Amino acid sequence: MSRENMSASPPVRGRRYVTTRSRDLVRAKKKKKSYFDYSLLFVIIFMLAFGLLMLYSTSAYNAAIEFGDSSYYLKKQLTATCLGIAVMLVVSFLDYRKFVWSGVVIYAVSIVALFLVLTPLGMEFNGARRWINVGISIQPAEIAKLGVIIFLAVLVSNNRQRLDRVTMLIKLFAVSLFPAAIIYFVTDNMSSALIVAGIAFIMLFVASPKYSYFVLAAALGVAGIVGLLTTGNGFRGERFQAWQNPEKFASGKGFQTLQSLYAIGSGGLTGKGLGQSVQKLGYVPEAQNDMVFSIICEELGLFGGIAVIILFLIMIWRFMVIANNAEDLFGSMLVIGVMAHISIQVILNIAVVTNTIPNTGITLPFISYGGTSILFLLTEMGMVLSVSRQIKLE
Amino acid sequence: MTLTKLKEKSQSRIYNKKKLMIYFLTITAGFLLLCVRVCDLMIFQSEHYLAIAEQLHERERQIKAARGKLMDRNGVVIASNETVCTVSVIYNQIKDPDTVVDVLSQELQMDSGEIRKKVEKQSVREKIKSNVPKEIGDRIRSRKLDGVKVDEDYKRTYPYGTLASKVLGFTGSDNQGIIGLEVQYESYLKGTDGEIQTMTDARGMELANMAEQRKEAVSGKNLLLTLDVNIQKYAQQAARKALEEKHANYVSIIVMSPKNGEIYAMVNEPEFDLNHPYTLQDDGGLSSGTEEYRQQLNKMWRNQCINDTYEPGSTFKIVTATAGLEEGVVSKESSFYCPGYKIVEDRRIKCHKTIGHGAETFVQATMNSCNPVFIEVGLRVGASRYFTYLKKLGLLEKTGVDLPGEAGTIMHKQENVGEVELATMSFGQSFQITPLQLLRAVSAVINGGTLITPHFAMGVCDEDGILTEPFLYPTSDGAVSKETSETMKEILTKVVSEGGGKNGQVPGYLVGGKTATSEKLPRGSGKYIGSYIGFAPADDPEIIAICMIDEPEGIYYGGTIAAPVISTLYQQILPYLGLKTE
Repeated sequence: MSRENMSASPPVRGRRYVTTRSRDLVRAKKKKKSYFDYSLLFVIIFMLAFGLLMLYSTSAYNAAIEFGDSSYYLKKQLTATCLGIAVMLVVSFLDYRKFVWSGVVIYAVSIVALFLVLTPLGMEFNGARRWINVGISIQPAEIAKLGVIIFLAVLVSNNRQRLDRVTMLIKLFAVSLFPAAIIYFVTDNMSSALIVAGIAFIMLFVASPKYSYFVLAAALGVAGIVGLLTTGNGFRGERFQAWQNPEKFASGKGFQTLQSLYAIGSGGLTGKGLGQSVQKLGYVPEAQNDMVFSIICEELGLFGGIAVIILFLIMIWRFMVIANNAEDLFGSMLVIGVMAHISIQVILNIAVVTNTIPNTGITLPFISYGGTSILFLLTEMGMVLSVSRQIKLE
Repeated sequence: MTLTKLKEKSQSRIYNKKKLMIYFLTITAGFLLLCVRVCDLMIFQSEHYLAIAEQLHERERQIKAARGKLMDRNGVVIASNETVCTVSVIYNQIKDPDTVVDVLSQELQMDSGEIRKKVEKQSVREKIKSNVPKEIGDRIRSRKLDGVKVDEDYKRTYPYGTLASKVLGFTGSDNQGIIGLEVQYESYLKGTDGEIQTMTDARGMELANMAEQRKEAVSGKNLLLTLDVNIQKYAQQAARKALEEKHANYVSIIVMSPKNGEIYAMVNEPEFDLNHPYTLQDDGGLSSGTEEYRQQLNKMWRNQCINDTYEPGSTFKIVTATAGLEEGVVSKESSFYCPGYKIVEDRRIKCHKTIGHGAETFVQATMNSCNPVFIEVGLRVGASRYFTYLKKLGLLEKTGVDLPGEAGTIMHKQENVGEVELATMSFGQSFQITPLQLLRAVSAVINGGTLITPHFAMGVCDEDGILTEPFLYPTSDGAVSKETSETMKEILTKVVSEGGGKNGQVPGYLVGGKTATSEKLPRGSGKYIGSYIGFAPADDPEIIAICMIDEPEGIYYGGTIAAPVISTLYQQILPYLGLKTE
């Protein structure tokens, strides 16, 4: 169903890409009914429920020992999820074209928040200073991801006719590189920096008519990362060696990876059954965080593990459908940004957990424990649903 | 930023769709690769990782094996095991802490606050109390409290307390032998511990509802000993009496069969309580744990019969006489003259009777324990032949008794033995042996010439004391000729019936024997060892015993103080052994 010929065309009059109420009314008369992507909503709800279930399964034992309350992590995650669902619903009912302004605001807020990590507001967990405490603890890198997606979507749609120019592409990419650099240098969080840069790269790749620049940039990027990993300071160098031979580094950098592999390997075809993982009993460190996928494999087996991958693929497919049918480029770009965000994190997370790439801290969207992450993911889902609502069916 | 044109936008959206599809296909390919990787891990490498993971999760818990019992020759249990319990709590399995605290404090009669602290402590396994009697352990177990573990353990017990303490030995905290037979036969007694394999979390906490794998423990083997509880008791009483009467340092008695080396009793009074081996009878104000206290304990545990050597003195004249008779340098009727001393080279060696025994036959000289005569006999035999007999009678080697720490002979080198050395050796001075070595040599003299191996363990037995795996001990014949053996028995019988050993007489029995009084080194210290060796019945000895009294106060002559001890003992045990009176 090719819909580009009836895609929203911005009014020739206005200077800015802003719609008016009267025009909406005119268009509404033309269209028979509005669209809403219930498939995506269903996938999101299923993913949230499944995520909470697995989070409880992985964290209950350790929570009971550490906090005397087996649902300690579940409660915190559930609170963030409920808040997130409320935000998602509100955002999904808003017209996304009305929060163009929010791109620059969220982007600016995230930059400020990232620097706040250095102030006494900053918080440290497990030796990494990546959070700020403003009543609740927030990871500014998560805000930055949302900020970059919206801001870049605005900029892309405002400069659409110049996206074939290398200078323009570099300028736009720099918009993402700025927070990425702060994330890397200020909070020493390479994985989040990579994700932010990756999101921008994919958004620009999809938006621009060019290929060659991107192939070249990708080659440079991969070379740079490999270089960082192999020749970087001792900590990353060792991480690289631990990836090649985790058993040799079993008590150091390879420990988490190795424990994760034990969990996955113990799962077999059908798994040990929900709640029956032994590796989650303190063997996989903080199983509810980055390594949650390994416990899913141990408990639900190969079928469970592949089902999760397929579920993410369905979600990403829905994003593609919505992006293709969005009323305007801004909407498309928003959805593509979210799509890039989730696909990068899922691929990197599962690749780390299965020791396909060297270990780096990346959470599995919707399932890993993390309040800020789930809140902002659901905000992004709200945006995608909002874009889907504006699709008008003939 | 300029206005967007509809056409341009439409064009750019074409790129969007195509490139979006490229991106989507790339992601799909990535996901597929991950699926392949996951399949590889979960199908082809599953076994490998599962095996490592299970190894990681399993913890072993030991099931203690019961230690083999020690039984006397009649099957009386003299070292046994008491089942005791260790009560512990597992934090993450406790469901009702209050009840657990109440029940445990009530049953174990412990302070509830102390128990609560342990119950609420987050640890793998918190031990509440060990060595809990079995009945109490069973009662606690029957309450079926979640998180309370009652494990059975064994504690070695010695029902007779001090009986043969230095022979039996005792066990340490892990039920391993520390001294005596408990060490010697550790490999038989120990058994094999079993184990329970359980699943634990990373902190080592056992997981509830997981199947346990059990490997049962194999109990240690029971040992049947040659000791006789009754003879040991009689001997111990007799030794105790002598110890107290003579205020001696210690009193040792060994009772053995001269025919096969089975030891019926071995006493070293003062004995100690095997159930409390780490408590000094007289701590002299020492506090336990100090180096000096440890030394005192080691002294208390010492088995003087085999761990210490002494100068045997006149009892050793049996060996000299045997050598002389075998070599034909002397006969029963050979006549001698004792002026009260004998000059050897430049030395004048005195007889204990300084006015001299005058004219006497060899038999009379033995009855008188006359030193000059035995010096003469020794010199006639000569050093090299004398050493041959020492060797034949096993005096240059350890006896091979089945106890750890046996002392060896302290003897001149043969090439250094001149006339003076040989003279002093002839009446049992200037060298040292253990009492057991002497007893073994004399046994060979009176049993027709068979050198036996003294021993305590007959072999492995079942629960009823029936021997199932007898131990064999080496013997060798021909140490002494039959004729000499008969002659020696005759002479030694006369020593008791008419000579210096008459205090060793036992009413109704014909016994043979020899007394000795040795002055301890350094000479002139006024410290003596009075000893006596006696055997019965004299014509066909079934039993031989030695008594030595170390550093007695007052009269110290072996014939006066040691011979009556054996006499009293024989009056009790000869009828007990079923030996007929004459």
